Amino acid sequence: MTVEASSTHTAKLLTYPMNAWYVAAWDYEVTAKGILARTVAGRPLALYRTGDGRPVALADACWHRLAPLSQGKLIGNEEIQCPYHGLRYNSAGRCTGMPAQETINPSATVASFPVVDRYRYVWVWLGEPTLANPDDIPDMHQMSSDEWAGDGETIYAPCNYQLVLDNLMDLTHEEFVHSSSIGQEELSQSEFNVTHDEKSVTVTRWMKNINPPPFWLKNMRDKFPGFEGKVDRWQIIHYYYPSTICIDVGVAKAGTGAPEGDRSQGVNGYVMNTISPERDRSCHYYWAFMRNYRLDSQLITTQLRNGVHGVFGEDEVMLKAQQEAIDANPDYEFYSLNIDAGGMWVRRILERALAAEGRGAASPATGKPAS
Amino acid sequence: MTDKQARWQNATVVECFDVAEGVKRIVVAPEHPQPARPGEHLDVLVTLSDGRTDERSYSIAGASPSGDRLAVSVSKPHASRGGSAFMRSLSPGDTLRITQPLQDFPLRVGAPSYVLLAGGVGITAIRGMASTLKRLGADYVLHYVGATRDRMAYLPQLEERHGDRLISHVTSEHGRMSVAQLVATVPANAELYMCGPIRLMEEIRRTWEREGRDITALRYETFGNSGWFEPTPFEVTIPRLGVTVTVGEGESMLEALENAGVDMMYDCRRGECGLCEVKILGLEGTVDHRDVFYSERQKSPNTKMCCCVSRVTGEPGHSVGQAKVIIEVT
Repeated sequence: MTVEASSTHTAKLLTYPMNAWYVAAWDYEVTAKGILARTVAGRPLALYRTGDGRPVALADACWHRLAPLSQGKLIGNEEIQCPYHGLRYNSAGRCTGMPAQETINPSATVASFPVVDRYRYVWVWLGEPTLANPDDIPDMHQMSSDEWAGDGETIYAPCNYQLVLDNLMDLTHEEFVHSSSIGQEELSQSEFNVTHDEKSVTVTRWMKNINPPPFWLKNMRDKFPGFEGKVDRWQIIHYYYPSTICIDVGVAKAGTGAPEGDRSQGVNGYVMNTISPERDRSCHYYWAFMRNYRLDSQLITTQLRNGVHGVFGEDEVMLKAQQEAIDANPDYEFYSLNIDAGGMWVRRILERALAAEGRGAASPATGKPAS
Repeated sequence: MTDKQARWQNATVVECFDVAEGVKRIVVAPEHPQPARPGEHLDVLVTLSDGRTDERSYSIAGASPSGDRLAVSVSKPHASRGGSAFMRSLSPGDTLRITQPLQDFPLRVGAPSYVLLAGGVGITAIRGMASTLKRLGADYVLHYVGATRDRMAYLPQLEERHGDRLISHVTSEHGRMSVAQLVATVPANAELYMCGPIRLMEEIRRTWEREGRDITALRYETFGNSGWFEPTPFEVTIPRLGVTVTVGEGESMLEALENAGVDMMYDCRRGECGLCEVKILGLEGTVDHRDVFYSERQKSPNTKMCCCVSRVTGEPGHSVGQAKVIIEVT
């Protein structure tokens, strides 16, 4: 069975746009000492840095017989050598050496993709290279700002990337999935507001005069030792095309003006999420938790990272189970709830981008994992 | 990079008209449009004068954004492998078999600066690159070499679009362009993309190498259809197999041997890979090496040749019997 883009049903396996910036790796994962193999948007990449620190993203298949370059070695300032027959390429993907001949075939190249170091990540553009504009990289400035501190990890999620976007665009699931840390019943009881433009979606939810859940009570006490009492809690979810979601989260002492803009009596975090599809049913989910108080405390950085690690571990279990259930029930469709408004706008933006690339939105849902 | 396999489809000829003396523009509507990128070409199934069909490559001279209209430019059929006559005979309404746009000559985005060089009908491939570089706001110069103004296709349009960035070298007005001077003006960090007659490209390539420039910054593609001499018939003999055939001016030595039933090895069929190499045992005439596989050192003793593109020629006005090569094959 194939789910057509024109169907009234919501795509269960959304394919991914190619004309888009995706994170290929954390900056520290890409080095001049070795080659990182990673698949982004279905394209296997060999990632490394030149001697002067510039990131390079080459197609991970030698021009000659498609042996994986990532299993080769780095030579000199910027060259990579195929592990099989020793063809060498420079950072532009051009062959610089062929075995047993005095010339180099001018056609011998591997794709070298536009790549940019930004916000602690290495971003790559796998689509039409003349359209790659680094100004279109999603805004994750909290990752490299003096006013924010924090750290994060990578989750390898065995599910379609859109399931992660759905998860992050609707946080009512916190009440059920994360009941011991950040969940509380006010989440599903409170109103939310959705806005969007061509490349972004925002979902705003305020919960006023509530008891802080354990995670937030701890954070309040880090800033206001001994804090007790009610808080106003916010979640402002910012989605940026194609697959970055930065969530402005926090609590402030109830009634001190946070909803009106004065957050001085509260604690503020930013949950930074960017999801890079690997293939139809897998993605790399890069996250970090940033805060704008007690910036010099490694204790708090580590505690927050470990805390979010535990929370997101609960999501990982659910996402895996959801993908398995989708594949086990190929004849059933998705239906939507009112709480899906944010996630549905994200789908709309992605589907329009896919249509502009002349591609349908849905991958064939065969019921069997592709890999 | 050849990133896709060729998929054949029907296309309908929409327009044919001269864009310069001896240069015809042919616009086709493919059955399955897809956007074309700078440097891409089409493979076209052509019918040769003897009725056989063969594949020829033509750079895309222009395309609508969706790729539902694709244009190629075809020059008069001297020094070609016989496909141009077919292409020039097309008229609106005719159908032909073409591939989707194929990429072997990609324009790299992000070089500090660019020099583009087009010779004659080579402007076809270079023009789209120039447009893209202009759109991207890149630092580029476009050199366009031609014999006379009226044989230089798209010259007024290029002048209007590229202004001072276009430098035209019209041989009839300014004399022959100095390749040494041109290479000397290419900035150290620039990439040079060129498309044109083999004599021009060879001269650039030799100068480039002699000056110790980065060989990977010199970008070109060859369809193997341009030589140092006009193609003329010649005779080829393989003593071990007892085969002697005449290679006509509209076919390659590889094709002639295949037609004679010789089991030939080859891959690229455009003088790049070296798989079709034959050993030369005897020669009457001159070898017109049209490949980019051999180095100069390897070409000069005439002990081997790439039979997919290279030819043998005699003195002007020679008869077939005066241009001969005796070879051994693998």
